[in-house]
Amino acid sequence: MQAYLKLDHIDKTFTRGNATTEVLKDINLTIAKGEYVSIIGHSGCGKSTLLNIVAGLTDCTQGCVLLENREVNSPGPDRAVVFQNHSLLPWLTVYENVKLGVDKVFASSKSRAEREAWVMHNLNLVQMANAKDKRPSEISGGMKQRVGIARALAMEPKVLLLDEPFGALDALTRAHLQDSVMALHQKLGNTILMITHDVDEAVLLSDRIVMMTNGPSARIGEVLEVPLARPRKRLELATNPGYLKCRQRVLEFLYERHRFVEAA
Amino acid sequence: MSMPAIKAEATAVAVTTTPPAAAAPVVTMTPKQPPRAEKYAKVAKETAVRVVPPLVVVALLMLFWELVCRRTGSTLPPPSKVFKDTKELILDPFFDNGGIDKGLFWHLSASLQRVAYGYSIAAIVGIALGTLVGQSVWAMRGLDPLFQVLRTIPPLAWLPLSLAAFRDGQPSAIFVIFITSVWPIIINTAVGIRNIPQDYRNVAAVVQLNPLEFFSKIMIPAAAPYIFTGLRIGIGLSWLAIVAAEMLIGGVGIGFFIWDAWNSSHISEIILALFYVGIIGFVLDRVIAGLGKIVTRGTSAS
Repeated sequence: MQAYLKLDHIDKTFTRGNATTEVLKDINLTIAKGEYVSIIGHSGCGKSTLLNIVAGLTDCTQGCVLLENREVNSPGPDRAVVFQNHSLLPWLTVYENVKLGVDKVFASSKSRAEREAWVMHNLNLVQMANAKDKRPSEISGGMKQRVGIARALAMEPKVLLLDEPFGALDALTRAHLQDSVMALHQKLGNTILMITHDVDEAVLLSDRIVMMTNGPSARIGEVLEVPLARPRKRLELATNPGYLKCRQRVLEFLYERHRFVEAA
Repeated sequence: MSMPAIKAEATAVAVTTTPPAAAAPVVTMTPKQPPRAEKYAKVAKETAVRVVPPLVVVALLMLFWELVCRRTGSTLPPPSKVFKDTKELILDPFFDNGGIDKGLFWHLSASLQRVAYGYSIAAIVGIALGTLVGQSVWAMRGLDPLFQVLRTIPPLAWLPLSLAAFRDGQPSAIFVIFITSVWPIIINTAVGIRNIPQDYRNVAAVVQLNPLEFFSKIMIPAAAPYIFTGLRIGIGLSWLAIVAAEMLIGGVGIGFFIWDAWNSSHISEIILALFYVGIIGFVLDRVIAGLGKIVTRGTSAS
């Protein structure tokens, strides 16, 4: 497999005063171009920390992140993040929120008109073009997350990082948005790294599922290939033996071998 | 200061400015237009509900004042006498007989000008220092104790020092305005900057905004509600301070007008001047509040 994004022996320890907590221990992961990889684990296992390390928002203590064989250790638009709580700027309209990134990334490579067209193109991709002049407070949670996805996609990232992107949404909106992300992945062929705690979501969307053990010192417990053909259909998969088997494997890992012991 | 009241009002404002979500057109109906007369009647009624109660209260207070001060030997004039004494000042605020014998308009505009200078400098310096203190832990550690001590010094205590430094009334008054109103602006701006959610900082980091863009596109809008709270407290304080400062520095200005009226035992003129000072203070507060409302549109809601 050709490594596109490589997490090489990543350790992360937090030091507060004299107490040192080891959060992540020896994380190794190689992701190919166009792959959709999910990281699943119980809350507190450090999966969000791992995503922040890839995004460059947090420094790792040991090891490094390689993107196309080049080390990356600061945030940048080549690893755009879709945040869990959308993180749209409330004083900007939907259009302006997407444009903020576009203006920065394509400042020299695209003309003003091209940038505007590119913003609209990306809003169209997530079906939010007609709400372009609304402010985040005027649209629903699902719509906000669509805009968050458009903002990330518009930066043409090499890797798209999704930090529990559907966590704050109700079940129906979540399903709808999952289908949208699946369609976008199919159409654009992005490399995606997603954090999730939803087993069905992980199996439905991913090519591979990375299962993390409980912290402290969380490591990768198991990596599961999801050998389901794309495009995947939610309803058909519900009875698909391959899907059920994958689901079973993840559930066993999370609830038998690495049960969440601490009081939540 | 009535800081809690201002905050409560600010939240109320935020609630009322949230635009109603557009209702989905399920069934197309021609909306019933109420007849125009009915609409006007409704507006008139709403206005009356707001305007009548304060008018009634003011009328009652005036009546009480009139009754109390009408007796012979009363030290203060009743409202009827105030009006009679100051009729000329009220009717002709624009006369100018040279020196300090000028209409009230000139006195008030001189005071407002000093406030405008001092307050503008305070706003710029306050927001800049507030940003520094809010953003940098070391700046906060170094400067915050200093601010906390300096801000408790009463405005007039600065006046002799500034007179000594500037050797002139005008810059001294402006300095007093500045030093009075700068603290709430610094402190509120710093709190606003410190409260910028990490999410916004992360967004800025991923997009790779440079420090200048981060300041103008993230910091200022995100902290705007706090900044305007500080600006609003600041304008109130500077208007409080100017009257006191002008009493001491003399020259044209509403503060010295009051002091001069006292020295000439024109009590009615003092009362008229107080009325104007109150109204202008109120208008200044409303102007800054209105400005804040426009600028922070959408900022507080997420």
